[in-house]
Amino acid sequence: MSGLLFQAFVYLCAAVIAVPIAKRFGLGSVLGYLIAGIVLGPLIGLVGAETQSIQQFAEFGVVMMLFLVGLELEPRQLWAMRQRLLGVGGAQVAGTAAVVMAAAMLAGIGWTVALALGLVASASSTAIVLQTLGEKGLLKSDGGRASFAVLLFQDISVIPMLALLPLLALPALRGQAGGDAAHAAPSLVAGLPGWETGAITILAVAAVVVGGHYLTRPLFRFIASAELREVFTAAALLLVVGIALLMTLVGLSPALGTFLAGVVLANSEYRHELESDVEPFKGLLLGLFFITVGAGMNFGLLLAHLPLILGLTLALIVAKALVLAIVGRLFRLRGPDLWLFALGLAQAGEFAFVLLSFTVQNAVIPAAMAPMLLLVVALSMLLTPLLFILFDRVVLPRLTRGRTRPADTIDAPAPVIIAGIGRFGQIINRMLRSNGYETVVLDLSAEMVDSMATFGIKAFFGDATRPDLLDAAGLRTARMLVLAIDDPERVLAIARHVRQMRPDLHIVARAHDRHHVYELFQAGCNDIIREVFDSSVRAGRSALEALGHHPYEAEKIAQTFVKGDRQTLRKLAGVWNPAIPSSSNPAYIAAAREARREEEAMMAGARSATRDGVNRAWMPPGARDSAED
Amino acid sequence: MKTLVLYAHPAQQHSRVNRTLAETAQQVAGVEVVDLYAEYPRFTIDIDREQQRLRDHDAIVFQFPLMWYSTPPILKEWQDLVLEHGFAYGHGGTALSGKLWLCALTAGAPLTAYGPEGRHRMPLRSLLAPLETTANLCRMPFLPPYVLYGALDATETRCMPHAEGYRHLLEALRDDRLDLAAARTLDHLTVETLPTVIKRG
Repeated sequence: MSGLLFQAFVYLCAAVIAVPIAKRFGLGSVLGYLIAGIVLGPLIGLVGAETQSIQQFAEFGVVMMLFLVGLELEPRQLWAMRQRLLGVGGAQVAGTAAVVMAAAMLAGIGWTVALALGLVASASSTAIVLQTLGEKGLLKSDGGRASFAVLLFQDISVIPMLALLPLLALPALRGQAGGDAAHAAPSLVAGLPGWETGAITILAVAAVVVGGHYLTRPLFRFIASAELREVFTAAALLLVVGIALLMTLVGLSPALGTFLAGVVLANSEYRHELESDVEPFKGLLLGLFFITVGAGMNFGLLLAHLPLILGLTLALIVAKALVLAIVGRLFRLRGPDLWLFALGLAQAGEFAFVLLSFTVQNAVIPAAMAPMLLLVVALSMLLTPLLFILFDRVVLPRLTRGRTRPADTIDAPAPVIIAGIGRFGQIINRMLRSNGYETVVLDLSAEMVDSMATFGIKAFFGDATRPDLLDAAGLRTARMLVLAIDDPERVLAIARHVRQMRPDLHIVARAHDRHHVYELFQAGCNDIIREVFDSSVRAGRSALEALGHHPYEAEKIAQTFVKGDRQTLRKLAGVWNPAIPSSSNPAYIAAAREARREEEAMMAGARSATRDGVNRAWMPPGARDSAED
Repeated sequence: MKTLVLYAHPAQQHSRVNRTLAETAQQVAGVEVVDLYAEYPRFTIDIDREQQRLRDHDAIVFQFPLMWYSTPPILKEWQDLVLEHGFAYGHGGTALSGKLWLCALTAGAPLTAYGPEGRHRMPLRSLLAPLETTANLCRMPFLPPYVLYGALDATETRCMPHAEGYRHLLEALRDDRLDLAAARTLDHLTVETLPTVIKRG
């Protein structure tokens, strides 16, 4: 007991310390867990041989992850992005696998092992890349979207890989590995003739699909009616564990089975509940898995073969980046987007760990090879932040000076410059142009610019944060600049830069939220429009009308609300301090509380400036005095 | 006669009399009631639609509370936009010719306040001169306004008969039973004088 508690304490402690630190340095949680494992195992030797058994337990996190991947696969969404998914994703996985396989075969490795290595190397790190792209606000760029499609395809392609990899098993290794597997699980199909095995397997899969479709709903409804949250969690776990067990019994991959169950349940109304119930278990188990991988790293091996391992890592990164660059090029990614795509996805991913341990267990890859491969995978992930720094500091500045695909030449500078032609900028552009104003429109997404062109709207491809591009658009002589970009940081950067060049220019800026409003105000923007504020007010007005308020009264309430909100905004802007977060700025908190009190007083029906705004108008003489009583 | 009621009250949550009147009008079969503030809370009056409404009816009733000796703002907006040159008046502007114009209004002060010695000094009919002149320009016979005086402190006992009278008036308009000649001799219509202008059906 105390031994178990001690282990739990050590692992949790390592995770709690290492993961936040890794995240702070932009390394992502996967690397955090790995580093925690490296510290625990090779560095201070706190954990040892038991990692082997823990790892087998922690691998269940992978099963859960695939269940969640299945749950999140909405068939409609997948269909919408099928071209990018299959095209870019498929080409990347196939290309990388082929290149790595060829290299391995040249090095004298047998084709089955080489193919397995290729497949292991083809996946990139979803966790690291998505998080980094999200932090940099690049998910919506062309490069970001292509990256997302590739990562999604990789996640999905793990399923067939898990199903097919055992077929590559080496006869010579099978005996050894079989000994391990024999005690792991009893089998329903052992010793049965081939056709019976097939029939039972098909039956099991059918049971998952049909049961998932028809049985889970009444079952979950019955369980939910008990209104005990932990019982529902238990049911969710039971489902995953049960399916995994069933699959093991018939000799199929448990990950495959739970993935299938996830897809079947993706349209169920209990989907979100299942997701939130399984998610923490998956996160912890996966974390544990990565810790054990880190703990199992053989540092002696690393030091002994440092040049070889470093060389292999670099070779892997270069090979992956090259394949990505070719695929990206084929699918018309250009300039920074292409570089982002190629450099960002060039590492091996967390699935490589999974596939490695899976292939070793299934006697596909000789166990002796695994430690070195684990080191290569981990190193390539550790180097990812460096690749992003390379992209930010070296590639991007160079591209913006002499880019391979230059920004469009702006042949028609206009008095009104609109930066960003998404949903926000489109409306502004249409309103201005239909009233006879010439506009010049810039957008960072080549896809957006092209699609606008098909609707007859001329936009120029280019980054509005670039001074020379703004100059070409006519910044020196423009009357107005509209910042309609969906990226608060960029909007602020442009506003500050432009304000220095043109103190007299009228700037209309799209703000993300209150704090962005304050920043834009300090940057000297003239009109600052919160992007969803007006539509929210309109929705509130519709709600009031539907609740029986006269439309004109609802209109007055909305007007008064907007006025009050604007006053509050102004008050809060006065006490806002960019150096202190608002939640620890006493003056800001006091002002915000005061505003909230005012609103609540209005709800309680007491007299207040806000309530007056609605009632003061057209209150009949005499009625007002009685209302004040 | 097809009858249209254009109802304008900007603060119906404070209204007693006008709301009752509008509800009464809605109950009269064959009379269309339009709550202008509900239809155009942001004053985006649809000119074509309003003009078509006028074409489709033969008697137009403007129902409103008197505010600062005039109509609520949306009715002025409505006149400014809908009564276009070439539609309501001027060259080719004969669309409204011959249609009846009736004001049904409530006045806060009692009748005496609108006398020469009263607080407002001016008879209500004179205060409505802009509307009457507009009706004349559009060649619409201007009926004497149907008024509830002292609406600010109108009790149930005065409000209900006035509403009942409104119902009779609208029914008479609809069924063509209004004695126009008799009406023309009156300055204004009240519950008391209504029977003298309504012919028995």
